[in-house]
Amino acid sequence: MRKPLSIIAGAVALGLVLAGCSSNTGSDPDNANQVEVFTWWASGSEKVGLDALVKVFEEQNPDAEFINASVAGGAGSNAKAALASRLEANNPPDTFQAHAGAELTDYINAGQLQDLSSFYQENGLTDVFPASLVERLTVDGAIYSVPSNIHRANVVWANTQVLTDAGIDPMAAPADLDAWIVDLKKLKAAGVETPLALGTEWTQMQLFENVLIADLGADGYSGLWTGDTAWDSAGVETAIAHYGELLEYTNSDFAGLDWDAATQIVLDGNAAYNVMGDWAESAFQQAGWTYDNEYTTWATPGTDGVFDFLADSFTLSVGAPHEAAAIDWLKTISSAEGQKAFNLAKGSIPARTDTVAADYPAYQQTAITSFGEDTVVSSLAHGAAASIAWSGDISSAIGKFGADRDAASFLSGLVAASDKAQG
Amino acid sequence: MKKGYKNWGPPLLLVSPTIIVIGIFVYGLIGANVAVSLSNRHSLVPATEFVGLENYFALFAEERFIHSLQNLGVFTVFFIAGTMIFGFLWAWMLDKGVTAEGVFRSVFLFPMAISFVASGVVWRWLLNSAEGDRASGLNRIFENLGLDFLQNAWWNEPGWGMAAIALPAIWQLAGYVMALFLSGFRGIPEELREAARMDGATEWKLYRYVIFPQLSPVALSALIIVGHMSLKVFDLIMAITKSIYQTEVPATYLWVALTSNDYAKSATIATILLLFVAVLIVPYLVYTARAERKQR
Repeated sequence: MRKPLSIIAGAVALGLVLAGCSSNTGSDPDNANQVEVFTWWASGSEKVGLDALVKVFEEQNPDAEFINASVAGGAGSNAKAALASRLEANNPPDTFQAHAGAELTDYINAGQLQDLSSFYQENGLTDVFPASLVERLTVDGAIYSVPSNIHRANVVWANTQVLTDAGIDPMAAPADLDAWIVDLKKLKAAGVETPLALGTEWTQMQLFENVLIADLGADGYSGLWTGDTAWDSAGVETAIAHYGELLEYTNSDFAGLDWDAATQIVLDGNAAYNVMGDWAESAFQQAGWTYDNEYTTWATPGTDGVFDFLADSFTLSVGAPHEAAAIDWLKTISSAEGQKAFNLAKGSIPARTDTVAADYPAYQQTAITSFGEDTVVSSLAHGAAASIAWSGDISSAIGKFGADRDAASFLSGLVAASDKAQG
Repeated sequence: MKKGYKNWGPPLLLVSPTIIVIGIFVYGLIGANVAVSLSNRHSLVPATEFVGLENYFALFAEERFIHSLQNLGVFTVFFIAGTMIFGFLWAWMLDKGVTAEGVFRSVFLFPMAISFVASGVVWRWLLNSAEGDRASGLNRIFENLGLDFLQNAWWNEPGWGMAAIALPAIWQLAGYVMALFLSGFRGIPEELREAARMDGATEWKLYRYVIFPQLSPVALSALIIVGHMSLKVFDLIMAITKSIYQTEVPATYLWVALTSNDYAKSATIATILLLFVAVLIVPYLVYTARAERKQR
């Protein structure tokens, strides 16, 4: 009697183990009408935007069944880890969200993305997206993703009251970084202890990339990522000096603040400026502030005429179970209706140049105008300019500089990161 | 005595699920991890070749990794010293006899019931490094008490900042070490103390020659438990500062490497962490195994 019992116990235990291994994603490869879309848009304005997009998609494709495979948390880092394991197991979602640009490099090298350049041709996207954007998206003659929305990263958000109190005209943007530093000095003399609000490592990286654009120009900056501009050049050294000077005017606790806490310092009137992407708009809206009244924005001094872009985009996986439906999804997000529905909800701007600016709030109108006219460059802090590993190394060097202010070691860190990434 | 499989078969069958599961999910995965750390898998592209110990040499040549080890060192020293000192003091005072001992015991032990992530969120605010007008948390308390000179940048201080991160860890685990020491104190028979006093030992001599030697196995266990927790610290740092350079330790560096798809590097860091913990744990296991054999 003892033996059968132990066999049963063993069998039950084994069964439990096996049961733990099975899973079900809800996606059925034989059902051609399904499309599984993987995002990290699971809450807030991003969720609202995704819902708006799904609504347009379902209107355009009444038979389609949208499967939302979003993974919440960690600003996308949880989602990226989950995605990597699905791709590894050859179980890709039909299409997944990724920052447009160099952040896709790893997926492209691993042969996990399909070339969409014929999709661009067929749908006339090369005509409605700005040429400089298409150029940023093209890798060795191929395009691997379709942008759904555009954000701008070189924007200064200014508290007009604080500036007026210090005798500075808030509507007139300083001509260059040196003029801006003069204003910062003036603010400090007027009793604003920390005129420039700053946050954690990636916001420092964003400020530094703004300084790089200002000191190297759009072409010089873009050259950093292609190898045409050397990292040990005089221009980068000037940028490090400028950046170090700017740090003197920031809040000392920046390393521990997320971007919204940094923007809050401007809202509280303890700082005059914050360099932030245009998602900061929602913070000013929530405070009930009106554009050009309590707050205003201009391109970071020295970067006027440059649009430092970042974009969310969607890809087409190699081996996508529902390829035709996934292409329908990409059509929706690149269509004028899809982009309008999504961007009005998320607070960003469409990638298309045939956008009617009047449909959007005041700040977005300025961004739409600039996007149509300016030179587009790729943002470093948001994955458009450099591969994930490279921007991680740069981020670490910037964090170190924020702590020890050692310019020589900062420069050698940047050079080493570039050597490692570009071979 | 029954012979053959009837003798060893059923017991083996009973433990075999455990052996198989541990074999696959612990030792199998450790093996897989070491294999990745010896390959050139630095992106999503599968590994193409075996590179030997190259990743290890590269890591130790890296200023960033050395910095994360220094951070870990500072954290570990303060964490272990803090928990051992406070744990011992509290246990000693409770052992001396206080009214409502149960209340104090619970109060000291309670923080352990909170996860590092939850307490980290609170300490993130308490250890806010802003000073002056925008000060919050501890700096604000100091300011209100007129102790402005005590305001400091906490973990944001270059060099010794990690000692500030050890504060919440000490707060959480000192109570646990206290419980260990208290059970150690209670395990010493009253007769021993009486005998020592009869022999004319002073209070100090009583502790030095009777109590401390009896406590040393407890102290060793506490040291091992706290020490290996310290080496693995990850959640507390992620909750207080997220993964930034100033507070980077190997475990958070591992996470950064993993999320930037550098599998070989993250596997290398994981293996090094495992070795560190092994250096601490293995001699302890050998020691306890020997002690047990002696008792038989």
